[in-house]
Amino acid sequence: MSEAVATSPTPSGPSTDQKLAYEPHRKWYRRPEILGPVAIVIAVYAVLLGVEVQPGRYRSAFTADGDLALDWDYFFHLIPQMLTGAYVLARATVLGFTGAIVLGLLMALGRRSQFKPLSWVSAFVIEFVRSTPLLVQLFFLQALFRTTDVVNLSGVQILVLGLALHYGTYTSEGYRAGINSVPDGQWEASTALNLDPITKWTRIIIPQAVPNVLPALGNNLIASFKDAPMGGPVLAVPCMLFFANTIRAEDFRSVEPMLLIGAGFLLISIPAAWGLRRLEERIEYER
Amino acid sequence: MGDWVLTWGQYQVLWEGLTVTLRLLGLAFLLGVVLSLVFGIARLSPRTWMRGLALVYVEFARGISSIILLFIMVFAIPILFDFDAFGRFSFAVVALAINMGGYGAEIVRGSINAIPKGQTEASIALNLSPTQRLRHVVLPQAMRIILPPMGNLTIEILKGTALVALVAIGDLMQATRNLIQAQLAEGVSGVTILFVNVLVIYFIVAQIINGLFRFGEARLNARFRQRTGRAAVSTEAYSEVSA
Repeated sequence: MSEAVATSPTPSGPSTDQKLAYEPHRKWYRRPEILGPVAIVIAVYAVLLGVEVQPGRYRSAFTADGDLALDWDYFFHLIPQMLTGAYVLARATVLGFTGAIVLGLLMALGRRSQFKPLSWVSAFVIEFVRSTPLLVQLFFLQALFRTTDVVNLSGVQILVLGLALHYGTYTSEGYRAGINSVPDGQWEASTALNLDPITKWTRIIIPQAVPNVLPALGNNLIASFKDAPMGGPVLAVPCMLFFANTIRAEDFRSVEPMLLIGAGFLLISIPAAWGLRRLEERIEYER
Repeated sequence: MGDWVLTWGQYQVLWEGLTVTLRLLGLAFLLGVVLSLVFGIARLSPRTWMRGLALVYVEFARGISSIILLFIMVFAIPILFDFDAFGRFSFAVVALAINMGGYGAEIVRGSINAIPKGQTEASIALNLSPTQRLRHVVLPQAMRIILPPMGNLTIEILKGTALVALVAIGDLMQATRNLIQAQLAEGVSGVTILFVNVLVIYFIVAQIINGLFRFGEARLNARFRQRTGRAAVSTEAYSEVSA
């Protein structure tokens, strides 16, 4: 009996039902509305990490008629190959963004560092990488790895590295904004309570910063998905755009493959953005 | 240190490319601003069909990858509609502008929403027409909130202009690739250094754009203070809108 009292406060008064419905202070892993999306994200990650599709050569099964009007049969028979390209694209994006999350944290920590030169250097690196095109950075990385014999990276690996670097700077800005959004009073209170730095960060700052950081991270994930097709023409990563270019070069038909990848891309990115917005609303902290 | 600098001739080639990049950026920016204003205001329209149309445009422009949009505009649209009167350059400008308009419309919408309701109510009470209300009351105030994220967006579009090299338009990136071809033909190495130089050029241009927008912001805020005698509202809170 006494155990039951200790774990759950005895219900008293008419507000019991309300209390059961509103429990913001359960741990996040005990809240199904957060656990569900997290499980989905982890599952998608696991599939993308585990299963690597090696697309063969992209080619059409038949050529459409000579005239340039849209040929729907030709259009539809290209769909499976387009999906393969989309999968390659999604895999590169997810890998690159995983790197970006880690790199971004390092850059954000570097920028917050008390040691001034480190802070200046990271601020400059962030600003430089952020304001130069990813395309040029990919070309640069490619040239860099071609000139050195030490490391030999494939096209996909360079794309992943480039995305991680470029979007690492974006995520670091997200982290910084999230940490800065924690009110000063919280910092002062944790100093006043004499909390050690670990407790301060893990129990006070990070739990309050996460709801502000997650939307930024999600936006960056979608933005990196939108930049990833660059790997096709630059690094010959067999992604969607590479597929369309191959078909265009072989059949001299550009309308169908281009429109197909446009439609396919929108069918992935718009639901992703929409789902993200829903998730944002759910994860919004009850303060 | 001398290894990091290119020859004068190479810089001249890059300069030629840079002028094309800047022209592309300027045109795309102008068209993009028009699109952002039109669709940003349309998203707040009282007419449902107009709001719906603007929403479709914004979702499309924000959803599609700028590089895929560019390839569609350059390779598919002219053939599909049998319309190739203006050449590749203008199609590239339109592609970049559509991309910019999607994000810009959201910035404009957010900024107009951030203007206190009392301003709109007062202008209705003063019997201003909706156009006058927008032109003389709401937009001038929204401008201070629009500018900072618009600066970031312009830098994003600058980064987007590099993509046109992939459809064979002679911008800065294409000039770089031409230089590489020349270097490979002569058997000279140093491609990495070439790219470092190009990155620095893009960085400098981005900083100039940033400076211009900062300057515009300062001017706008000074004028606001002069007219109203109030300290300008901090626009920090809105600067993350563009991301």
